[in-house]
Amino acid sequence: MSVVRIFVPGDAAALSVGANGVAAAIAREAAARGIAVEIVRNGSRGMLWLEPLVEVETAAGRIGYGPVAVRDVAGLFEAGFVNGGAHRLALGRIDDLDWMKRQQRLTFARVGVTDPLSLEDYKAHGGLKGLEAALRLSGAAVVEAVRASGLRGRGGAGFPTGIKWKTVLDAEAEQKYIVCNADEGDSGTFADRMLMEGDPFLLIEGMAIAGLAVGATKGFIYIRSEYPHAFKAMERAIAVAEKAEVLGASVLGSGKAFTLEARLGAGAYICGEETSLLESLEGKRGVVRAKPPLPALKGLFGKPTIVNNVLSLAAVPFILAEGAEVYAACGIGRSRGTLPVQLGGNIKRGGLIELAFGVSLRTLIEDFGGGTRSGRPIRAVQVGGPLGAYLPAPQLDIPLDYEALAGIKAMLGHGGIVVFDDTVDMAKQAKFAFEFCAKESCGKCTPCRIGAVRGAETVQRIIDGTEREKNLGVLDDLNQLMTDASLCAMGGLTPMPVMSALRHFPEDFQRPAMSVAAE
Amino acid sequence: MGLPAHWDDGHAQAIVEKLKHLDGATLPILHALQDAFGYVDAAAVPMIAQTLNLSRAEVQGTLSFYHDFKAKPAMDRVIRLCRAEACQAQGCESLVEHARRHGIAVDDHAAAAGASLETVYCLGNCALGPAAMVEGELVGRLDAVRLSALIEGASVEDVIAMAQEPVGEPA
Ligand SMILES: Cc1cc2nc3c(=O)[nH]c(=O)nc-3n(C[C@H](O)[C@H](O)[C@H](O)COP(=O)(O)O)c2cc1C
Ligand code: SF4
Ligand code: FES
Ligand code: FES
Repeated sequence: MSVVRIFVPGDAAALSVGANGVAAAIAREAAARGIAVEIVRNGSRGMLWLEPLVEVETAAGRIGYGPVAVRDVAGLFEAGFVNGGAHRLALGRIDDLDWMKRQQRLTFARVGVTDPLSLEDYKAHGGLKGLEAALRLSGAAVVEAVRASGLRGRGGAGFPTGIKWKTVLDAEAEQKYIVCNADEGDSGTFADRMLMEGDPFLLIEGMAIAGLAVGATKGFIYIRSEYPHAFKAMERAIAVAEKAEVLGASVLGSGKAFTLEARLGAGAYICGEETSLLESLEGKRGVVRAKPPLPALKGLFGKPTIVNNVLSLAAVPFILAEGAEVYAACGIGRSRGTLPVQLGGNIKRGGLIELAFGVSLRTLIEDFGGGTRSGRPIRAVQVGGPLGAYLPAPQLDIPLDYEALAGIKAMLGHGGIVVFDDTVDMAKQAKFAFEFCAKESCGKCTPCRIGAVRGAETVQRIIDGTEREKNLGVLDDLNQLMTDASLCAMGGLTPMPVMSALRHFPEDFQRPAMSVAAE
Repeated sequence: MGLPAHWDDGHAQAIVEKLKHLDGATLPILHALQDAFGYVDAAAVPMIAQTLNLSRAEVQGTLSFYHDFKAKPAMDRVIRLCRAEACQAQGCESLVEHARRHGIAVDDHAAAAGASLETVYCLGNCALGPAAMVEGELVGRLDAVRLSALIEGASVEDVIAMAQEPVGEPA
């Protein structure tokens, strides 16, 4: 009998609900039954509520079962799941599931499909085509393709990637750097992690293209230390890529050099801010630098540096392989291409959904997500991480689009959507926004360092019912000051969640004062 | 994971030597020391400063800036509980309350209760929260029963496996 390929995700989220135990049980059971299996530890398909999601390769395609528990494994073998047999947990062909079929997976095309550390698998699924195309072009032509694709930075600020690359291309320097921002600190986001664990070669390919395009020979991937699995995956993938000469002194035999190093952060949210990240990479405190100079001109060790988010860099191989116009054909307005959205919080079917810009939040949360996990009504949705606005349920028809969200004083950020049910207390969430800022501020400027502490105290007074009207006034002034006078977006955007809570949920700031909550 | 070794200047210096060639070597060195000894001893500061030709103040500044580097070894198991927004929406604060019943106050490493609870903000498991990280392993859908098991010293593997036991509909 031929060897059956069985996929059990090695993604950290899948591991967190038992994928390792399931993989071991499958291996044991197969051995006991004399069935030859090859267990592939793939990335996650992104349907996190189905994890551990086991897939079996059959003549009829890849059949899924999930969520699988260790105690289900014997029964799955009984049901003949190695041939796609019927079982209570059977999901049918994964590619046929509505949740998958409705997506446009350009960046996440291979995540969950391939063996993340097999370069052969990567190539068999279209990998390295972008890099090969880039090697046939001049650096300027690669940069132009990225510009023409309309790609904007996926790390939060939405700055046009091609323009940033052009600045670095035009800068004269002995040494330039490519830095990948894999700090992914925003609550509600995990796309960078899933990509690094599920398709690390894609990030390597994107970074190599960036290096060749602008004449940078060295790249760093700065990964937050909360992501040990992603760090390990990247280190292993870099070693494989070096051995295959995808990285090194002569990238794919081109005579052009590009090397990569993965580095760990050390538990500081502010190190996701690009200049703080550069300080950290240089071995210093993660204190924000004043801009200008732009990192594109004076970045890492003072050299011209591209700093891009994981998803920005990972979008590039598709653009080079398939054409800028194909990428740009997706999306609306000035938001081109696709966005890998992350659905989390109190949600029935959370996970990763990659779609062209323009889809509404409601479609994502209700159709894909199935509403709250608690079954209670949705009350608030925070979009774009801890510095993003809280939106009330009636506003969820807003399309996913940088400008549309800015128009309602919200932001898309890194594409995280966090759902809260009607038990949420929005005054507490506002207080948390300040507390988070106070804890994670780099301390360089006063509006943020002191303002955040004052803000948390002020919201507490409002909650306690102490001089409410006066303190609401103080809060307004403080928000204005932080917005206007902070050096970076940490202090500058902390007022966004606070003001949105005040605007949409004023009743939570007017509740009869209760006996003070323990703190 | 093996138990961290006791601080040893020679071993520490060897780690520093091994990594000093890296660009911006300070963080990789501090991580390697933290991994080896479970904390970064004050003796590391002059050692790194001298080897990398930096001022002590600069190394001390870096060491003190980051949450990951500890000045003392942890006495107990450290449970890093995510308390960011997506996990708040899934009830992580009730786990903080639950830990109190074990005599554990969050972010207080003083109490010798067998384990300590440390706040982290997001572990990238926001759809399967509340999330925690223990001994480098990610735990999803944490609940009171399994938090108790972690506090009482059950292996992380077992606690993850417990997530797979059938449970009723979420409250
Ligand atoms: C407080 C703060 C935290 C940030 N965190 C991240 C992060 O975790 N990941 C990221 O890619 N960008 C983050 N950014 C944005 C970066 O400063 C920068 O805009 C981005 O890395 C540029 O890459 P992009 O153009 O590809 O988005 C953060 C910004 C601020 C102000
Ligand atoms: S706003 Fe906050 S985080 Fe940003 S530079 Fe100022 S103190 Fe640092
Ligand atoms: S104090 Fe930082 S900008 Fe004024
Ligand atoms: S918010 Fe808890 S894991 Fe992301």
